[in-house]
Amino acid sequence: MSIELKNVTKRYGQVTAVEDISFAVTEGELLALLGPSGSGKTTVLRLIAGLETPASGGIFIRGLQVNGVPVQKRNIGFIFQNYALFKNMTAFDNIAFGLKIKHWGRQRVVERVGELAALLELESLLQRFPHQLSGGQRQRIAIARALAPGPDVLLLDEPFAAVDAQIRQELRQWLVRLHQDLKVTAIFVTHDQEEAMEVADRIVVFSKGRLEQIGTPREVYETPRNEFVARFVGVMNVLELEVRASVARCQELEFPAHGLADGQKLRIGFRPYAVQVSGDPAALRYPAVLRRTYFLGIMLRLEIETPGGLVIRSRMSKEDYSRLDLADGRPISFQIRAYRVLSKEGDPLANEVAATHQMPPSLGEGI
Amino acid sequence: MNPASVPHSPLRAAPVPLPEQPLAKWLLIAVAVLFSAVFLLLPLVNVFYQAFSSGWALYWKALSEPDTGSAIRLTLLVAGISVPLNAAFGLAASWAIAKFDFRGKTLLLTLLDLPFSISPVVAGLLFVLLFGAGGLMAPWLEAHHLKIIFAIPGMVLATIFVTFPYVARELIPVMQTQGREQEEAALTLGAGGWRTFWHVTLPSIKWGLFYGIVLCNARAMGEFGAVFVVSGHIAGQTDTLPLRVEKLYYEFDPAAPFAVATLLALLAVATVVLKAFLEWKSRRET
Amino acid sequence: MREASLTRSRAAGVESAAPSNPLPGFRLTLGFTIFYLTIVVLAPIAALALKALRLPWSQLWELATNQRALAAYALSLGASLAAALVNALFGSLLAWVLVRYRFPGRRLLDGLIDFPFALPTAVAGLTLADLFSSHGWLGQFLTPLGIKGAYTRLGVVIALTFVGLPFSVRTLQPVLESLDTGVEEAAACLGASRFRTFASVIAPTLLPAILTGFGLSFARALGEYGSIVFISGNLPKTEIAPTLIVMRLDQYDYTGAIAVALVLMIFSFGLLLTLNMLQGWAAKFQEP
Repeated sequence: MSIELKNVTKRYGQVTAVEDISFAVTEGELLALLGPSGSGKTTVLRLIAGLETPASGGIFIRGLQVNGVPVQKRNIGFIFQNYALFKNMTAFDNIAFGLKIKHWGRQRVVERVGELAALLELESLLQRFPHQLSGGQRQRIAIARALAPGPDVLLLDEPFAAVDAQIRQELRQWLVRLHQDLKVTAIFVTHDQEEAMEVADRIVVFSKGRLEQIGTPREVYETPRNEFVARFVGVMNVLELEVRASVARCQELEFPAHGLADGQKLRIGFRPYAVQVSGDPAALRYPAVLRRTYFLGIMLRLEIETPGGLVIRSRMSKEDYSRLDLADGRPISFQIRAYRVLSKEGDPLANEVAATHQMPPSLGEGI
Repeated sequence: MNPASVPHSPLRAAPVPLPEQPLAKWLLIAVAVLFSAVFLLLPLVNVFYQAFSSGWALYWKALSEPDTGSAIRLTLLVAGISVPLNAAFGLAASWAIAKFDFRGKTLLLTLLDLPFSISPVVAGLLFVLLFGAGGLMAPWLEAHHLKIIFAIPGMVLATIFVTFPYVARELIPVMQTQGREQEEAALTLGAGGWRTFWHVTLPSIKWGLFYGIVLCNARAMGEFGAVFVVSGHIAGQTDTLPLRVEKLYYEFDPAAPFAVATLLALLAVATVVLKAFLEWKSRRET
Repeated sequence: MREASLTRSRAAGVESAAPSNPLPGFRLTLGFTIFYLTIVVLAPIAALALKALRLPWSQLWELATNQRALAAYALSLGASLAAALVNALFGSLLAWVLVRYRFPGRRLLDGLIDFPFALPTAVAGLTLADLFSSHGWLGQFLTPLGIKGAYTRLGVVIALTFVGLPFSVRTLQPVLESLDTGVEEAAACLGASRFRTFASVIAPTLLPAILTGFGLSFARALGEYGSIVFISGNLPKTEIAPTLIVMRLDQYDYTGAIAVALVLMIFSFGLLLTLNMLQGWAAKFQEP
């Protein structure tokens, strides 16, 4: 157990930034703290670093409680969102700073900086000042600076937020490779669910200062524990249903009533991949029109509209798209293969979110 | 950066730094407060204390002297002419500099700062050399029976010289941060030039404009060196309040210069309060 | 940019000197600006230049470099330097305290910083001379200790310090405020103590602003006259360059006044130039 938080709460005056958070990070893990802005994810990172003090609860690094240990003594590497490089120092001096604090000898410092520079491809930049470097280069210097003293854990605050899209992609791969090579425990904060999915071993999802779910990317995506996680991680179609004649309906779409009486409401969600589309307007259960196709690289996202005006998102591969001979404006048909109940009237706890309901044949199959 | 326009004091929500040693923190605060109290507040308090040290009667006597009255009127007159002129100049210069690109802009900005780097005494001297006896314009002025030096026009000119960048220097950064989008939007909606200026530009720079005018006015009313050189020290005619203070300093009543100085000290208090108010106002609106 | 638009509009057959900017009033405002600048600033400076050119150089040189003038420059430079140093020290301290700490009376203290700027210099000189005179509130304690603040060179330094203080504080304050606290946190994460962080990270970042504030208060002090009239007591030993100009003007010694004024202007312009260069250098380190 490398790092553990037990019932940690942090308040700023009247505002509770983080409430009763508990989770553990295993040695060598790459963990993402994911959530919208203001969800408390950065506060959690800063609490681990010792840049903030918790109001209650315990923080443990390698089994030792570190609540009273000042940031200087925690042996963590912190990478700031806007790098926080020392502007008055060269790249070399930035990386060497932590080593000089630890009174390393000149020779060892030069060796260690050289080692990191080679690892991060910074050799030719060591004599430059931060203002002479590009965003991606500055980011790598910040990483090298944090790694130099050999920290127990690497903490990254929105590490890729400030660079443009292409460099962001490169840096993500950097981080994954670096983590594989060094086997250092790393925790990074992000608001980008795709980034968390791509990079992390496990994801911790936050909302409004609370921990919503912790799990592997696959777990979080496929079995979200509640509506927030379901909607925040990945794209989801959400429908508001009302039970009429023992069938839950939203316009012409029909779902099982899940034990609710007539007149009661429930909310369901389904992923775009659960929407099956056919180019034949009569092949599947519901007729619709393909309104618009978005190209997302290898996958396509389809926006389809029912005669009643509901817009539903689906996705498919390019191959399937051309095989089905689809085009914007074409009449099509679709059906929903699986869905989740997000919430039910009179039942605030979304206990059914984790379960995926297969559409019963009576409602799901073609006419 | 220009020497004379004092930047806004920015007591914004400052970054929350790491916890400091409480001892070091309170020691530094104590030194800062003590230094300011002795070096900044005490001189101000002393002005009022000395002014009233010989009693109210003498205070009023010093203030009600006809020469003091004429000094008040002249100070108001000089500021009343030079401040509006400099405000108009400031508006024109900042419009041209902030909203347009042209060659020689850097040179113009440097020239704008010139009066800041010239000693007020030298500024006064410049006008003496131009308009004074034996000056370049002297023959022409004599032919037309005009008197500038050792008269009010010279004092106005000298005051304009030392205070002229204040409004412009305050407005240029304000207009630059605002950019041109709002004006361009007004133009696309069919507004004319003046209309755009009155309804779009002016409302968005009004606090900056007031701020510049307040600073300009404080300096105009309090100017000593430049006015001193061109005034000729004619009691009751060419003495502004600061010059009156100096004259009374060499007379027998020690409280008299302080009595007149209280008026200028009140001006300073009003300036500082207004400055704080305008900063608060402009921060609230951005 | 303007030229490009000129050629383009000519090519299109439109006679227009306006830049490629749709906003109106460019020629009006720039014309007024240049006109006003010429009348108010450039013409008087040209007058000085013309006057100086007509004077015999040897006489000008003699008057600019005689014993009395040299002593005045020395005091002007020395006292201004001392004042600017004091301001750099206390100004930095005040800026730090105002930006970094929260304490009762902070707003009041912040307002107080502007007083030397808002208070007419004549009033400042008057009250400081009284405070430091042997019977004044401060002088009665200091004079027995051998510290004479009024009618001495020390008095000149005190007055110049007073008028220059806001420049030091107000130059540093915004820089300190925009200082990225992440940098300090980064140093702390790497194990640096508070003092180490201050010495090796914060102070070097602030140095350009401190130097600029130093230069500004130095420039302000070099030209100051109003407050000096009172606190110097018009003694030969406390004569600064602006005082010498006024003295010579009072005796209608225009040549002598011009000589000293020229030297003073050279100092000021040199300082202005240095400050501008300093700004350019500092700007490099200020970008994110």
